Amino acid sequence: MKKQNNKRWIDYYKQFGIYLFLAAVFIFFAVTTPNFVSYKNIINILRQVSMFGIVVIGVAFVMIGGGMDLSVGGELAVVGMVLGYLMVNLHLPVAVAIVLGIILGCLFGVINGLVSIKLNIAPIIVTLATMLVLQGIAYLITGGYPITGMPDKFVVFGQGYVGVIPVPVIIFILFIVFGWVVMNKTYLGRYIYALGGNKEAARLAGINVNRLTVAVYTFSGFAASIAAIIMVGRTNASQPGAGSSYPFDCMTAACLGGISIQGGEGKISGVVVGVLILGILDNGLVLLGVNTNFQSVIKGAILLLAVAIDCYKAKTKRIAK
Amino acid sequence: MEVNRIIPFTSVLQGNKSMTDTLLAVKDIVKTYPGVIAIDNLSFDLKKGEVHALIGENGAGKSTLIKILSGAIVPDSGTITIEGKDYTAMTPKLAKSIGIEVIYQEFTLIPGISAAENIFLGEKTKPGIFVDIKEREARARKIFEGMHVDIDVSKPVRSLSPAYQQIVEIAKAISKNLKILIMDEPTAPLMVSEVQTLFSIVKDLKKRGVTIIYISHRLEELFEIADRITVMRDGCYVGTENIADVTREKLISMMVGRTVSENYPQRKTSIGKEIFRVEHLSGNGDYDISFNLHQGEILGFAGLVGAGRTELMRVIYGANACDEGKIFLENKELKIRNCSDAIRNGIGYIPEDRKTQGAFLRMSIKWNIAMNNLRHLSHGIFLNNTAEQESAEKYCKLFEIKTPGIDQQVMNLSGGNQQKVVIAKTIAASKKVIIFDEPTRGIDVKAKQEIYALMNNLVRDGNAIIMISSDMPELLGMSDRIAVIYEGRKNGEVMKTEFDQNYILDLASGGKAHEKAE
Repeated sequence: MKKQNNKRWIDYYKQFGIYLFLAAVFIFFAVTTPNFVSYKNIINILRQVSMFGIVVIGVAFVMIGGGMDLSVGGELAVVGMVLGYLMVNLHLPVAVAIVLGIILGCLFGVINGLVSIKLNIAPIIVTLATMLVLQGIAYLITGGYPITGMPDKFVVFGQGYVGVIPVPVIIFILFIVFGWVVMNKTYLGRYIYALGGNKEAARLAGINVNRLTVAVYTFSGFAASIAAIIMVGRTNASQPGAGSSYPFDCMTAACLGGISIQGGEGKISGVVVGVLILGILDNGLVLLGVNTNFQSVIKGAILLLAVAIDCYKAKTKRIAK
Repeated sequence: MEVNRIIPFTSVLQGNKSMTDTLLAVKDIVKTYPGVIAIDNLSFDLKKGEVHALIGENGAGKSTLIKILSGAIVPDSGTITIEGKDYTAMTPKLAKSIGIEVIYQEFTLIPGISAAENIFLGEKTKPGIFVDIKEREARARKIFEGMHVDIDVSKPVRSLSPAYQQIVEIAKAISKNLKILIMDEPTAPLMVSEVQTLFSIVKDLKKRGVTIIYISHRLEELFEIADRITVMRDGCYVGTENIADVTREKLISMMVGRTVSENYPQRKTSIGKEIFRVEHLSGNGDYDISFNLHQGEILGFAGLVGAGRTELMRVIYGANACDEGKIFLENKELKIRNCSDAIRNGIGYIPEDRKTQGAFLRMSIKWNIAMNNLRHLSHGIFLNNTAEQESAEKYCKLFEIKTPGIDQQVMNLSGGNQQKVVIAKTIAASKKVIIFDEPTRGIDVKAKQEIYALMNNLVRDGNAIIMISSDMPELLGMSDRIAVIYEGRKNGEVMKTEFDQNYILDLASGGKAHEKAE
């Protein structure tokens, strides 16, 4: 009897739990924090969340495909530094700099993908290594100094508005729509689920798993480079230390959103909710005056909770079999 | 969890049943899962020192019973009587202390450590915190000597063959105070020659007074090894028979609940022109293999496990690289660089392990059946839900896949139905030449018959089948021709008119082919 109730509860959680969690977090801050529910703050949260969310959607593609991408933070930092260097130091036109930045981000993704398939190393190790390399390179470009003074035309990507909606939010929405369509409506998305669900079966089903692996990492790198454009535009500066918290924040958001660490499972809608939860927490805790160390404690606890529930689901499934 | 669930009653003499030689008896055991009755009022008893076979189709409740006896799960009601003591349930610890050990199909050895370490894992052979390796190895060697097998006790078990790993498992059980040994399909991973070793070990254990519950799908071997046989069906007890009093046919009809001829269904398919040809193919451990295949034909591949049959098929299918040789389909040479080349040209492959290579277990039936054929079912890059649904429904009906709906997860299906999904997935995309690798491994008698019928229908429609099987009666019953692979090379080919089990086994173990056979 008890068992049946448990199962129903977990099924419920699977469907709606994440939305309840989002609502709970939102209501908590709305009640406890005076300035939380204001037009200005909501827009601020959305803008903060957008840059991060774009990266998480890239990471989600990789994770659904059974991989892992810790290098996104490093990619973001290096692309950001290169953008600044190209525009400020070399005075290249904005469009050229952007194209080169995106190509660079994609290239990093290709390298991640190629290394993990050619050397057959676990993706978490590959991207841990590239993360360290890229974070180092970001500092080496200027010796650790930020680059400031971006052209006005460029700053629009971070600070501009279309009507009342900030440009980053629009780009994030485009990513959400793209991600949702690819994962749910195209055979490519189906293949990515297959790759993460059972790589050998996917290969025997005629899927070019190597090419697909490189493709998802490339998309992740692409997403990181777009986030870099927004970040540099928003702060009007290239910071070598940018995105240093991303590797694990992205994983937190993705896991929170129901992306399975084993791959083959998860939804883009869940990822968006995961991103919003983390974004609201970040913003609300600052407004509440919680110190950064304690923020980290809370984030860690939440990741543990998310993963624990993920594993719990997996366990109940195995028993049912 | 529940601490007080074991309530040993004082032994009560049970009516007319003689207690003298009954070691274990279960009475009125019921176990339900939400929506399913796994075991319904089962009673059965085990005599001391017998080999008691337990058979039944997949889903008959054998595994549940094992789990109840080993303490992995708690029955809803009923009693378990062991040596006159009544229990309402076992716990893993209690089962071990009584002397019940289980050897599961999936071994529980730790691959990286030695046989000796595995045998005494978790046991203290010496006071203090250090492990006495010498002592352990000596004791392990003694156990193996007693079993008349020669195993290097210091080598990691990873380096042992499945047969030897299984012997290590048995040794591990023997090293404890072993009274009842439960073996779940112990011969499944073994080669023919190794089965005899296992049997002699089992007979030896019996002599020492160990009682054995022996679960198997291979009925032939039961006549060699078992004393009594209990048949289960749909969670119910069907009957227990002395081995001398039953025939194979009787057992099968007890298992399926009706009389089934396990004969292989006859085909009246005429064999047409050549459709497929392989010339001097090398790669993936195979050398210089040539054969051809005709429309309407089933070509069987015989060989020992590890002879290179699966390896050959994987090369043909593009899953492994081809070093040399040519492949022709309908007299056109194919360049197969990957699996999608093979699929596109109409070559399908149904892998030997449906769980790890064939199906996406967590995904729905519809999802799986669409997989190989996805690009054809889609409009451009966009999926076409209607087309997928129609395709899935068509195959569910055609293959009689038993499921509440096409959105059911494949892992919830029985083995036979899972296999049907994998076959549907494969032939939905490509069916000119279909490679079946162990098509009926681990599935029950009835589903086997259905798969044979399905294969016959495929060749009747002018397709051709290559079938790898380690089940000799199946190979002889289904094939029109049998090619034999020995150590990566083709060692003869036998026409249906010349089929002879001994001859084929001889070829499979390296014997010379008769002159006429090529």
